[in-house]
Amino acid sequence: MTRKTVTCTINGKRREFSIDVRSSLSEMLRGEASLDSIKHGCDVGECGACTVLIDGRPFNSCIYLAVWAEGKEILTLEGLTDTKGTISDIQQAFMDEGAVQCGFCTPGFIMSSIPIITSDTPASREEIRKQVSGNLCRCTGYENIVNAIEKTQKKRIEERKGSGKK
Amino acid sequence: MYDFKTLYEASSVEDALRLRKDHPKALVLAGGSDILIKLRGEEISGCELISIYALDELRGVCLEEDGSLLIRPLTSFSDITMHPLIKQCVPVLGEAVDQIGGPQIRNIGTIGGNICNGVTSADSASTLKAYDAVLELASFEGIRILPYAEFNLGPGKVDLRPGELLTGIRIPRESWEHTYGEYIKYAMRRAMDIATLGCSVNVRLTADKQRIDRLRIAFGVAAPTPVRGRTAEAAAIGHALDAALLDIVGEGSLADVMPRTSWRASKEFRLHLVQELARRATIAAIGKAGGTIND
Repeated sequence: MTRKTVTCTINGKRREFSIDVRSSLSEMLRGEASLDSIKHGCDVGECGACTVLIDGRPFNSCIYLAVWAEGKEILTLEGLTDTKGTISDIQQAFMDEGAVQCGFCTPGFIMSSIPIITSDTPASREEIRKQVSGNLCRCTGYENIVNAIEKTQKKRIEERKGSGKK
Repeated sequence: MYDFKTLYEASSVEDALRLRKDHPKALVLAGGSDILIKLRGEEISGCELISIYALDELRGVCLEEDGSLLIRPLTSFSDITMHPLIKQCVPVLGEAVDQIGGPQIRNIGTIGGNICNGVTSADSASTLKAYDAVLELASFEGIRILPYAEFNLGPGKVDLRPGELLTGIRIPRESWEHTYGEYIKYAMRRAMDIATLGCSVNVRLTADKQRIDRLRIAFGVAAPTPVRGRTAEAAAIGHALDAALLDIVGEGSLADVMPRTSWRASKEFRLHLVQELARRATIAAIGKAGGTIND
């Protein structure tokens, strides 16, 4: 089968893979790059468990050809921890708010929430729900997930205001 | 692994046209949110694909010299919703495509793919029909300009000839200028769902805002293909903004639709939705245009 070399940036590091052209991005990230936060859930773009950011925007990596990643900047959940391996505020908030039960959907939800928590414009709970409407959770009933995102969003906006004053 | 046989990656529009000519059976792959999903089943397994996804020259929105709004086919739904020219000229189109799938689907799905797929439920289709969009179809034979009204041949079938590629979607100035539109998607869920029925209306009022100067209306899932409600449109011209107008738009719409019963909804319910959504979208569009409906 035809193979191709794909070069892209994953979590800030330039990586190169030799892949079968029939691979999805989720297969390349989980299979070749061993990034286990990428879940193969539905594989048809319904559940959002494979969500990653490509050039800053959320995509379902299960319905994205791996060859399309050429030259792209990809961020996965693994890229949210700092160099010492300390988890980020949004991950901590998911734990604190009880937004994690079985955990399968969690990486996808957290990646979908990044555009909200990095924005300077506060999003309403309704807007948060819309932003994560491409992610399914069968355990939590969503309320605690929205709580965690809302809490982190508020905290980050406060932090940015604080650092601006100095 | 996706179960396709061969992937041809187009490096330019010209290269894509060459690939279309050399591999007439290959499917054109834009964002893939229809084709890559189908490839998880058996329906099209073993097919050949021509990927045009990397062709940035087919992305973007601009106003041309004559005032036509040109939308390139690979523009994603989220880029359409956020684009200043869409907000300025046809905000209803941005609102319509913002109701497709969820955020991830709106980032990958393209407007060209939405209409070339040829399904009646395409959320961009009724608005583009109602705005008399014109398609630019390129091939080595030249450019063919086709009204979008003539593009749909049947469910999932469009007038895209061998060797052709959709390279532009135009909304003429005369179509969008001074219009106000509303799209209503009726679905069982508020996200990740396919329309049970969709209705797009746009109105242009007379200068005194007392009458309909022009009303255009189109439906999705009300027939095998997206359809215009020409009967309602003709009856609405020059009509005062009153309850009788809403009746003739609602009842007139029934003349041009032929919905079917599917597992999502019965024919009878869809006919009810045609009338009701036509009324509601008309009320909303008139409101946006600054008109008041008198009893």
